[in-house]
Amino acid sequence: MSLTRWALKKSPWVYHVALSPCNNCDIEILDLLTPRFDVERFGIKLVGSPRHADALLVSGSVNRHVLPRFIELYKQTAKPCVVFGIGSCALSMTMFRDSYNTVGPLDKVVKEIDPNAIIAYVPGCPPKPEAMILGVVKALQTL
Amino acid sequence: MKKTIVPLGPFHPLLEEAEYFKLIVEGEKVVDIDMRVGYMHRGIEELSTQKTWDQSTFVVERICGICSTSHPMAYVLAVEDLCGCEVPDRAKYIRSIICELERIHSHLLWVGLAGHFIGYDTVFMWGWKYREPVLDICEKLTGNRNHYAMMKPGGVRRDLNNDDFAWVHKEMDKVIKSTEMLVGAVLDDPVLHARTKGIGVLSKKDAIGYGTLGPTVRASGIPDDIRTDDPYNAYDRVDWKVITWEGGDVFAKAAVRLLEIIESAKIVKQCMDDMPDGPIDANIKNMPPGEGIGHAEAPRGEVFHYVRGDGGNSAVRHKVRAPSFMNIPSFKATCVGHTISDVALITAAVDPCYCCTERMAVVERATDKLVMSGRELEECSRKATENLKKEYGSPTKVEKTVQKILSDF
Amino acid sequence: MSEEKALSSIQNKFGSTLANVFQKNKRRVYITVDKKDVPAVCRFMFENLGGRLAIATAIDTRSGMEILYHFVFPKEYQVITVKTKVKKSSMEIESIAPFLDAANWIEREMHDILGLNFTNHPDMRRILMADDWPEGDYPLRRDFKERPR
Repeated sequence: MSLTRWALKKSPWVYHVALSPCNNCDIEILDLLTPRFDVERFGIKLVGSPRHADALLVSGSVNRHVLPRFIELYKQTAKPCVVFGIGSCALSMTMFRDSYNTVGPLDKVVKEIDPNAIIAYVPGCPPKPEAMILGVVKALQTL
Repeated sequence: MKKTIVPLGPFHPLLEEAEYFKLIVEGEKVVDIDMRVGYMHRGIEELSTQKTWDQSTFVVERICGICSTSHPMAYVLAVEDLCGCEVPDRAKYIRSIICELERIHSHLLWVGLAGHFIGYDTVFMWGWKYREPVLDICEKLTGNRNHYAMMKPGGVRRDLNNDDFAWVHKEMDKVIKSTEMLVGAVLDDPVLHARTKGIGVLSKKDAIGYGTLGPTVRASGIPDDIRTDDPYNAYDRVDWKVITWEGGDVFAKAAVRLLEIIESAKIVKQCMDDMPDGPIDANIKNMPPGEGIGHAEAPRGEVFHYVRGDGGNSAVRHKVRAPSFMNIPSFKATCVGHTISDVALITAAVDPCYCCTERMAVVERATDKLVMSGRELEECSRKATENLKKEYGSPTKVEKTVQKILSDF
Repeated sequence: MSEEKALSSIQNKFGSTLANVFQKNKRRVYITVDKKDVPAVCRFMFENLGGRLAIATAIDTRSGMEILYHFVFPKEYQVITVKTKVKKSSMEIESIAPFLDAANWIEREMHDILGLNFTNHPDMRRILMADDWPEGDYPLRRDFKERPR
């Protein structure tokens, strides 16, 4: 295990990216910070810039307008990083796959930018906060 | 003076959703604002025409996660208007309960975020902490924390268990109690008065001209509420009143939302008491060709749906109008003339489905020399609050209104 | 204002210019007018009767583009919809945004998704579709063919 990967496992700082979601996964992500779940006790912290982030929490099926911005944002993120697809939309685009404006799913988009990207999935519509915590823990265990 | 353009977004730590603002500033003062949306466009209107009438309720539910009952609500009202069917009484009461629970959790969410925007993180934590029991009630009644999937053209998808109501009553009492505490803490704080009063004033004329909706327009003193203007569900059978506030500033919007939580709790409790027995579904057999309009009051304002059918299995046109579509253009009237730091607060006051992802409290420890002890800092803050109290006067008018509403309850 | 008053005052004012008045039920009324009368009718409903523009809907039908302006009359429990039709050969209609700020965004949106042109609109730019969306390609038209991604 390289030093950077080992460092990635400790206190992951996350950046939250909304790529045309329905806002529900996003409020559940914010729920993680508040007193009932409080993930900051594990050192997980939401940061304001992708340059500070170890992980990207991505929600939503990717649409055309937001795609170039996401590519730029992914390039700015410090590598190595983990991309978490939060919610069913990011995984498979569910009911939005027939829409004229979406280009997703997330893994296809990310693999086009960086073939070696680490991608983890948390399914659910929306996933419960407990599920998100479990997803993060499982992803870090496999690193 | 030289004009400068300050871009805000699309991925900005302040806004949860991607949206782009172009602030044209002179010095620190905003002289014009321009917006670009479309980062969230998923083509739902077109998607809905590919699905059957029944499936479309799930599609419109995914328009917004926070208003995830209001959109299906307006949609099923439109479909029922199209085919002219009458909904059973029990379904009406169940619908009211779910809609009001959603309003409570949405307003608590907003109060928390608004507190966070002005750097008052205690309110953020309080608001979201007291929101959790409401989500627990939703989970118990409907099976999910956010997307409830309760609405169905002609009725509701699943029945509520009457045995749960005693527990819900108890939980609602707790919610009311904590909201009262929040109302006291937020509306009687001179610091918050100083920060939010006179900021982002939306005049009555602008509110009507831009066609703003919901708490935004009610804070400008116009009692515009679809629940009384075009009664649906069981809202005309229970006792509640429309909250309005004069002023149109950020403070008025906060006050309206906070007091609406208590009104909503009132509606939920009455609906549970009056809940009739009977069927929950009108079982629509066929869809005639024609058109229907449905509108419902979401936490942020009126949601408007228009459907047109040709007698087939799905709609040929489905138009959706969310409240933020009308509220966001009013930033042109409210933001101009204020400083950049106020813009975040003013845009948040409309509650345009933004959230904050960044903890803004920055702790700088350049030197480890102790400049002031904790006790000294506390003393300083007390003094500042006293001074503000002297300057702005004690908030007696607010206190009186709040007490009246609480005593009515 | 009583329930029937808004509708009857529109009928008094415009009389013969209204091609058709259809009252679906007590709360929903549909009025059909010619496209050149739309600004006058909308202005009267907004300024004199206190109606609030909820939204406008554009529909691509076989015989032309249909535009519906939905006005809500809060005190009368009523939604009055003004219907008009634009021929596909011209695709042009006068904008109501100059006197009604609420119509600004929705007219831009209708231009984006259906390609309608609004004359005298104060600020006609793209609002909804992506920057790289091809010009002259309108997703809600009947002849829109989705290209493979």
